[in-house]
Amino acid sequence: MRADSGAVAAAHAHQFEDAAQQRDAVTLGMWTFLVTEILFFGGLFLAYAIYRWSFPSAFALASRQLDITLGGVNTVVLIASSLTMALAVHAAQTGAGRALLGFLLLTILLGGVFLGIKAVEYRHKFEEHLIPGASFHMPVSEATLSGDIPPDQAIAAGVPATALSAPAEIQRHAQIYFSLYFAMTGMHALHMVIGLGLLAWLALQCRKGRFTPAYFAPVEIVGLYWHFVDIVWIFLFPLLYLVGRHA
Amino acid sequence: MSEHVVPRRVYFLVFALLLLFTALTVAAAFKDLGPFNLVVALGIAAFKATLVVLYFMHVRYNPRLIGLAIALAMAWLMVLIVITFGDYVTRGWVPFPGK
Amino acid sequence: MSAPRSGTNYLNVSYGIRSWLFSVDHKRIALLYLCSVTSMFLLGGLFAAMVRMELLTPAGDMLASDTYNKVFTMHGIVMVFFFLIPGIPAVLGNFLVPMMVGARDLAFPRLNLLSWYLYTVGALFTLFSIVIGGVDTGWTFYTPYSSAWTTTNIVPVALGIFVTGFSSILTGLNFIVTIHTMRAPGLTWFRLPLFIWAHYATSIVIILGTPVIAITIVLLALERVFHLGFFDPALGGDPVLFQHFFWFYSHPAVYIMILPAMGVVSEIVACFSRKRVFGYPFVAGSSLAIALLGFLVWGHHMFVSSQSVFAGMVFSVLSFLVAIPSAVKVFNWTATLYKGSISFETPMLYAFGFLGLFTIGGLTGLMLATLGIDVHVHDTYFIVAHFHYIMVGGTVMAYLGGLHFWWPKISGRLYPEWWGRLSALIVFIGFNLTFFPQFIVGYLGMPRRYHAYPEEFQVLNVMSTAGASILGVGYVIPLIYFVWSMRYGKRAPSNPFGATGLEWRTPSPPPTENFPAPPTVTEEAYAYERVPVPEGGAHAG
Repeated sequence: MRADSGAVAAAHAHQFEDAAQQRDAVTLGMWTFLVTEILFFGGLFLAYAIYRWSFPSAFALASRQLDITLGGVNTVVLIASSLTMALAVHAAQTGAGRALLGFLLLTILLGGVFLGIKAVEYRHKFEEHLIPGASFHMPVSEATLSGDIPPDQAIAAGVPATALSAPAEIQRHAQIYFSLYFAMTGMHALHMVIGLGLLAWLALQCRKGRFTPAYFAPVEIVGLYWHFVDIVWIFLFPLLYLVGRHA
Repeated sequence: MSEHVVPRRVYFLVFALLLLFTALTVAAAFKDLGPFNLVVALGIAAFKATLVVLYFMHVRYNPRLIGLAIALAMAWLMVLIVITFGDYVTRGWVPFPGK
Repeated sequence: MSAPRSGTNYLNVSYGIRSWLFSVDHKRIALLYLCSVTSMFLLGGLFAAMVRMELLTPAGDMLASDTYNKVFTMHGIVMVFFFLIPGIPAVLGNFLVPMMVGARDLAFPRLNLLSWYLYTVGALFTLFSIVIGGVDTGWTFYTPYSSAWTTTNIVPVALGIFVTGFSSILTGLNFIVTIHTMRAPGLTWFRLPLFIWAHYATSIVIILGTPVIAITIVLLALERVFHLGFFDPALGGDPVLFQHFFWFYSHPAVYIMILPAMGVVSEIVACFSRKRVFGYPFVAGSSLAIALLGFLVWGHHMFVSSQSVFAGMVFSVLSFLVAIPSAVKVFNWTATLYKGSISFETPMLYAFGFLGLFTIGGLTGLMLATLGIDVHVHDTYFIVAHFHYIMVGGTVMAYLGGLHFWWPKISGRLYPEWWGRLSALIVFIGFNLTFFPQFIVGYLGMPRRYHAYPEEFQVLNVMSTAGASILGVGYVIPLIYFVWSMRYGKRAPSNPFGATGLEWRTPSPPPTENFPAPPTVTEEAYAYERVPVPEGGAHAG
């Protein structure tokens, strides 16, 4: 049930005729920006698609190096942060100022958890020599590489994963996988950092009482941005973590 | 646009579905479905994304223009990916002198 | 009808550099862009002059080949990213879009100012990289030369273009939102001036395409800095993939350059034929068709890059198709002229120039879309001539025509008509003398991007350089008289050319808020039968 907003005429910027026009413009503006983000991340997905199609076994081997538990937890964390963001918008719509602040802070917390887990994963990659460059080395067994036995079966049969290093080509192609991994998750993380900044700004504005049921557009459009970042991860997770996992 | 207040239970239902399908996509990854592993993974991801767009992002309650903009963006991303793939997949289809 | 001179307008409402650098008035921002864009045009022209000077003689005797590579690269980068792509939208679009839809400003005035700041930052990055030695990869940055081998300053230039891309996106975003949500009462889509349709279509291209060049630049920079292998074959990458990435934006980018120009031409042709544009819905629709089809043809830049022959054939057919909506426009403009009451003021001279030169450029584009021909003329001067006919003979002519047409509105002054017509003529002659010989030498086999060439091509190259000098003069004269007119030009009435359109209902120059109250629109665009010709024309007396 919406709080009564008739008492004060909603303010609007000078270039608009009324608050409704401003709201329509702001929503269309944010969605237009998100369209550019779809094409921006889309380019990374194109590179991923071409190289996964070109080097399927290297991609499968490389993907198995990622920690599926951490990736899965992060997925749940981010989805939960989308829930809290949606609840924040709901609170703004219904004039529940304290709930709004609470949900914004919760979203920030969950976003922080995501980035923390990501940092842990990145550090693991560094320790495991999986950063593309001179010291890159992905552990793979010879039996796997001969193609006779699928990688998971070989490992299940007891062949040590660190037995022998793979030929240069597999290593090269796996480096492309990891280059894409860092580029895509890095770009995603950068967008999350920006999102956290926007959320912090929203929380500050909320504490000053700036948002009412008649005016909460900034909450809504930051929400749109945050959900978009979640959607990017929804695609990144299976494409990066779940390649070649099947037994 | 902002007029419609989505009931909170809708958000919780969507959240539950998102978690369920996340579990499903992980489970499916461990089964050998051949080429369909990718299809299933992308299909589930697309379904989850659609839920987020329609309900969390309120597109279900927005003017049609917004949905049109999203459709155009996705279509254009498909143009980029499909046509580029088209080059790679069709190499060798048409012979030319010297090849 | 003359408007009284007195009164506050957007130019004199406040003074001082801060009132300009921090202004959110779309009209002032348009003028800020005019200064920036003109400066970059002159810089790009300087590089062009160096190219033409070198090519006076067959031997590579003026510049070392490495230096020459840098010069033509910087010419391309500066002209494409800092003049042609922002050009008409940022100057004329920013000024006119709000006025033509009857609004007080664009939807997001502060984003508009931000877009100019970003343009300036991007330009400064690029200028910095020029000062520290420039880039020599060609404006197309093909890998692996650009990512692994060249020792020139790729990263600053790439950053500069990346930042300027954001500037472009913000402009496009602002236009889309303004046109969708802020049209005056009664101004339905099919009553909009074709200038608005053109900028709307352009903005769609900007929104869909620019992010892809942005990610391309990010990947290129990552590859260069961290020695990754996205596009480097030595590391397992694919250089042809870079080309797909690059051209997915850079082909639609040429439609970003030409669509606004076509919008300008529609306005000018209608006004100086005293007639509505023939086939209005087709001209409007063809703008959208060009915007969308233009995304499907990028492979025609890659016919000889080891792209699949089958894909090449498909791209060839699609490239033929994209010519159709452009032809539709040319036919409709011609039909507009037919039985119109034509007068030859300066803007109209530029529009006529556009019609002829764009047609030649477009027809040679069909020749290049023909796979079999392109294989022979790729990387020759034939290509160079083709795109200069469109970009200079098309876009620059339209830009100049538009600047003249709306100058009275922008500045409140009339430009000197006789000098205007003279410059238009000089530009036309200089342009053709510069670029027509390039079709010939290109067809005969002279390659592009070389500082030396076989002796038999010298005569035509000398002609081309001579033409470039004349063209340069033709550009400098308006620069002088526009500045002169701001102080000494005759004061302009609100509608010196008797044109239709909401912008002409305001005083010249307009007040900051454009309209005292939102105008109501009750008739279609170009209702010229109801508008009297100004007595004696704009420049009587």
